Amino acid sequence: MKLDRRTARLVYGWLWLLPAAVLMAAFTHYPIVGGLVSSFFSTPRQGRLSRFVGLDNYAVMIADPVFWQVLRNNFLYAMGTIPVSVCLALLMAMWVNRKFRGRAVVRTAYFTPTILPMIAVANIWLFFYTPQIGLLDKICSFFGIPGHSWLGDPSTALACMVVLAIWKDAGFFMIFYLAALQGISPEFEEAALIEGAGRWYFFRRVTLPLLMPTTLFVMVNATINSFKLVDHIFILTKGGPDNASSLLLYYIYEVAFGFWDTAYASTLTVVLLLILGALAITQFKYIEKRVHYQ
Amino acid sequence: MKRSVIRVLVGLALAVAVMGGTVAHAAVELNMYYPVAVGGPITKVIDDMIAEFEKANPDIKVKAVYAGNYDDTRVKALAAVKANQPVQLSVLFSIDVFELIDQDVIVPFDDFATSAEDKQWLASFYPALMANSIVKGKTWGIPFQRSTIVLYHNKDIFKEVGLDPNKPPATWDEMVAAAQKLTKKDASGNVTRWGVQIPSTGYAYWMFQALCIQNGQELMNQDGNKTNFDHPDVVEALQFWRDLAAKHKVMPDGTIDWGTLRQKFLEGATAMMWHTTGNLTAVKEGAKFDFGVSMLPAKKRRGSPTGGGNFYIFKKASPEERKAALKFIKFMTAPELTARWSIATGYVATRPDAYRTPTLEKYVAEFPAAAVARDQFQYAVAEFATHENARNKKFLDDAIQSVVTGAKPPKEALTAAQQQAERVLKDYR
Repeated sequence: MKLDRRTARLVYGWLWLLPAAVLMAAFTHYPIVGGLVSSFFSTPRQGRLSRFVGLDNYAVMIADPVFWQVLRNNFLYAMGTIPVSVCLALLMAMWVNRKFRGRAVVRTAYFTPTILPMIAVANIWLFFYTPQIGLLDKICSFFGIPGHSWLGDPSTALACMVVLAIWKDAGFFMIFYLAALQGISPEFEEAALIEGAGRWYFFRRVTLPLLMPTTLFVMVNATINSFKLVDHIFILTKGGPDNASSLLLYYIYEVAFGFWDTAYASTLTVVLLLILGALAITQFKYIEKRVHYQ
Repeated sequence: MKRSVIRVLVGLALAVAVMGGTVAHAAVELNMYYPVAVGGPITKVIDDMIAEFEKANPDIKVKAVYAGNYDDTRVKALAAVKANQPVQLSVLFSIDVFELIDQDVIVPFDDFATSAEDKQWLASFYPALMANSIVKGKTWGIPFQRSTIVLYHNKDIFKEVGLDPNKPPATWDEMVAAAQKLTKKDASGNVTRWGVQIPSTGYAYWMFQALCIQNGQELMNQDGNKTNFDHPDVVEALQFWRDLAAKHKVMPDGTIDWGTLRQKFLEGATAMMWHTTGNLTAVKEGAKFDFGVSMLPAKKRRGSPTGGGNFYIFKKASPEERKAALKFIKFMTAPELTARWSIATGYVATRPDAYRTPTLEKYVAEFPAAAVARDQFQYAVAEFATHENARNKKFLDDAIQSVVTGAKPPKEALTAAQQQAERVLKDYR
């Protein structure tokens, strides 16, 4: 059989796509569909087979107070971490973009939290937060402030997670901003100087718009991170006290592998996917409009 | 990023498959997971014991993988079993026995430990420790790293405040009275040292079970399909726990972390702590002061749940592998090794004859604290174990944490937990 040129090109092209497509299908698309399907079935237990239960799992979820709590926690966590870590990243990038003595040291210091594994970071922070003997309480007691069980109090546990996440993420985002800042041609600054633009004006009208593609990228990453990075919870609180610091993904893990309730875990996963999908679409659709690619 | 991880995983899986294939010709290879829930160089102790076993049994190779705490280890072992990874045995939580049976992944030892000598071996452990192993008349787990909760107290601080360092509190009231004396405040009224601390993360239900037993009530039935979370005595026990912080002001407010509590005790930030005897050796190595260990105080009676990990053998192991695993477990639980394991960690020796070995006899004579957990066996009951245990445990943990943080009153929290557990367990009656 002889293929005509067009078909041959088509086959050739698809063959190149095939490895990636197979991996995507096997490890991304199939699990999504599989998760969706299993959310309509019951978990097999004690010899009882899995059976179709329709929307039962979703009804259970709506009635599950822990689900609503972790959802709320996740929302607060995202609102707490994203704006601060992105702003901080930009600030740090502006600062280390200038020339000064010890710049390399400062850059390294800012970036260090990023290269540490999250588990190691969480273990370090565990001893910061530990009441009485922890760093935080030691500093407090120096100023005569009474000690506090930072991770053991539902009103501060989640905030502790937020602070850690900011500390860990800001340095990472800084690298992107730094790269973007160095990509901005110095001619702009010179032109602005000649025109008599102030530094703040220049930042607001020139630098910031030019950084928008980076900001979009960083925002998307920060959002995803706030939903997908839960390693520190394992070390610091295991979601406690009374789920005060639990996040959606951690709860999914608990349900799936702790309780081995795979059907309910699938149901929660579908919700997580919907949230992330909706966020991604919103960010790309609306923020993209304000992004100028050079 | 994601895709590269997958590639690495596929590569690793292939590599493991190839290596596994070649080694299998040489000897029986056993893979096991085990947890560590206490301080000290436990992984090294285990590795040394395994090396000794392999030297004595060159035809069996044992690969032991440290897999985190008890919950993490169960997750990893079950995931490995379900993914058809070769894992033949593991040390898992003694209380996961119902879950493991329900999931149909373990075999009872009675099925292949059939010789007279085997049967004698099965009968050689403390009955209190077997309470969590025997279900429906069969033995599913072999006690290994087992414990009870004990009261650690800092003798130097006892002396400092004028308490008899050799008379630790024996009742709840005595504990409160002593703790009030032991709690120290600085000039501005901030507490610099607490009287007593009971950890409420990680194994909150376990500590709570001790309080309930002391108050005369068990948390579950023998068949593991009914809980008693809303019993008045249980509510009262939780009220007492809360009162230690809220009313008596001898324990910090909020949850108390399991993992860092030992460090707080070692630094004198708390004068007494409730903790597993499995931490005894780590405390002994770390303490720069004189400390004592005693049984937990009594309300209506003394009491502690047993705790810790058992050896389980998985159903997927071939008859040959089961035999090798049995040999290995017998080696690890022989009196002499049990004695050395107990000394290295502080875990109780799981059988009476281990305490009669010269090694342990000498150690106990020099360091009587090492026998406290054993002596407490006479008051010990089975640890909290039910069907779908992880879930019911969480209901209880959440209730406890909501109370010790002052978010909910005990009765409300425990009634809610009971209702949740009831929904799960009604299918198992």
